[in-house]
Amino acid sequence: MKIHEYQGKEILRKFGVATPRGKACFSVDEAIKVAEELGGKVWVIKAQIHAGGRGKGGGVKVAKSMDEVRQHAGQILGMQLKTHQTGPEGQKVRRLLVEEGADIKKELYVGMVVDRVTQRVCLMASSEGGMDIEEVAAHTPEKIHKVFIDPATGLKDAEADDVARKIGVPESSVSQARGVLQGLYKAFWDTDASLAEINPLILTGDGRVVALDAKMNFDSNALFRHEDIVAMRDLDEEDPAEIEASKFDLSYISLDGNIGCLVNGAGLAMATMDTIKLFGAEPANFLDVGGGATTEKVTEAFKLMLANPKVKGILVNIFGGIMRCDTIATGVVAAAREVHLSVPLVVRMRGTNEDIGKQILKDSGLPIISASDMADAAQKIVAAVSGK
Amino acid sequence: MSILIDKNTRVVTQGITGKTGQFHTRMCKEYANGANCFVAGVNPKKPGESFEGIPIFASVKEAKRQTGVNASVVYVPPPFAAAAIWEAVEAELDLVICITEGIPARDMVEVKEKMRKAGSKTVLCGPNCPGIITPDEIKIGIMPGHIHMKGRIGVVSRSGTLTYEAVGQLSDLGLGQSTAVGIGGDPVNGLKHKDVLELFMNDPDTDAVIMIGEIGGSDEEAAAEWYAKECRNKKPVVGFIAGVTAPAGKRMGHAGAIISGGKGTAQEKLAVMEACGIRTTKNPAEMGKLLKSVI
Ligand SMILES: Nc1ncnc2c1ncn2[C@@H]1O[C@H](COP(=O)(O)OP(=O)(O)OP(=O)(O)O)[C@@H](O)[C@H]1O
Ligand SMILES: [Mg+2]
Repeated sequence: MKIHEYQGKEILRKFGVATPRGKACFSVDEAIKVAEELGGKVWVIKAQIHAGGRGKGGGVKVAKSMDEVRQHAGQILGMQLKTHQTGPEGQKVRRLLVEEGADIKKELYVGMVVDRVTQRVCLMASSEGGMDIEEVAAHTPEKIHKVFIDPATGLKDAEADDVARKIGVPESSVSQARGVLQGLYKAFWDTDASLAEINPLILTGDGRVVALDAKMNFDSNALFRHEDIVAMRDLDEEDPAEIEASKFDLSYISLDGNIGCLVNGAGLAMATMDTIKLFGAEPANFLDVGGGATTEKVTEAFKLMLANPKVKGILVNIFGGIMRCDTIATGVVAAAREVHLSVPLVVRMRGTNEDIGKQILKDSGLPIISASDMADAAQKIVAAVSGK
Repeated sequence: MSILIDKNTRVVTQGITGKTGQFHTRMCKEYANGANCFVAGVNPKKPGESFEGIPIFASVKEAKRQTGVNASVVYVPPPFAAAAIWEAVEAELDLVICITEGIPARDMVEVKEKMRKAGSKTVLCGPNCPGIITPDEIKIGIMPGHIHMKGRIGVVSRSGTLTYEAVGQLSDLGLGQSTAVGIGGDPVNGLKHKDVLELFMNDPDTDAVIMIGEIGGSDEEAAAEWYAKECRNKKPVVGFIAGVTAPAGKRMGHAGAIISGGKGTAQEKLAVMEACGIRTTKNPAEMGKLLKSVI
């Protein structure tokens, strides 16, 4: 689960990380009010969306007068913000963060994820913070310093200080940086985060260490123990189809192609998508119905896929292991009837009671195309969709 | 022979009183030598009770003391599953297979660290995996037993149904399996591709291996590089990687990309595997055929 920058900063502040003062706003008037309350001479108006790269995309603007606050807030609120992380359609901006402008002397980078190789939380830090950190990682990986943190001890003082020095924090600010790094780790660990990133972490003219950005993602498997985090969820930022899918315990991701796929198991679902591509078409979605593909679930899955106007055909690929093929066939037939299916449907089933399942599809009188294996299924749906 | 499990393995089921645990324990008991293998269950609140003839003990240690189990299978719900794994580790079992899906990564980070620090010899398979099967001997997990066939091909995979797909193709071609291992898809887990590959390379009854991977992480690359270095000409290995079409992900932040250093894509994995002498296919319907072509 993702949250907004202003929410991430709220969390970081609780763990002792300094951030600029600021507040979330939903209208231009509110933005002006907040700027007035903050006082000072420089404000930063920041689009709040669940994607990075906002600065480069025109979603972060500095204002030096109330007129500019009004102008930037008006421009950013409601805009369709496109960044390299939003996809080409961009993301609509519904919230702003208005905060005090910081006096940036140097921009640093710090981030945390769980590392699969060492199976520990990894702190990454670099002196080259700001908006091009991925470039730094790709071209000068030696500028990214890593610490793999022992969960029994947390980030040790010496480790934090060492990293701080390596990324160019001056001696007089090292102890402050230590507080930030340890606070970031505590925040990551205590909230079951899957990503926590401050880019940039800045050194100010007067030697302070301040988080100017905050990105946090959370482990969906751990949300059951974090009601406060769940309360921060912003459904406006999520794909409505994916939200709908999650209600029925379906795992769904919208894609750009025109062939809907319904598969059991994530690996087989990916393999099915790959096969569609191999035979010259593109999948419209990833959809894993999971272990118990009941009639209800299959029907909901069909509704989801067909709600996408791009879908010109559907491929069902089920490896019925414990789940029997006759049960699945009954579900598919019921679903196809309920949604008055009007696009070609290819079904490939394998496993227990395969023959009974195929007979059920045949007897249904529906124009369902049966396939013998994954490649056959993909070829048949691609042919049906392209009218060949 | 086989790897990890055989007809002499004795298993305790952790989570035997839950619906999933009961269903699959019954299925496993009915498979091959299962009735002799599944000898104990654990539930701290129900010691002395039994499930379809399988006695229930208060702890894994107690189950081991009274029945001599050397392996466990975990169906315990996610919030308690890591603790269940640790209980099996503390009881010094040889093998723990964790089927449970949805364990918080932090819980796994903690339990794996404890295992390393304790110098534990217990092998963990999973979590979030279908389990392990040695055809015609024993099945520990949730895979459909009937698609398997005894033979000399090793199967290792991160995904459940895709493993069944590969096994189904092999059986259709008359190629039986020595052991099929589902290592699971979670980022923090036990056995890795490389570990299982090594076991297969040293197993006199395995002639060739099919390795199925997925995008993300670098386990497949590590396994391929180990293979190239240690036993390129020993036994043929073929592979498939799912996720060529998977979207790069609607990301937020850069840390994921930085840690992976741009690695972990399907193309990258396939390239490394090929360079290491592992033949690959882009057509998952042909995994079995590809394997047949190399033996
Ligand atoms: N309060 C502030 N005061 C001064 N400058 C700021 C402030 N907040 C942001 N900036 C500037 O704007 C840039 C972009 O902002 P920020 O990092 O928050 O968003 P982003 O572009 O989405 O981040 P990323 O590239 O990490 O995804 C920062 O690198 C910084 O230079
Ligand atoms: Mg930033």
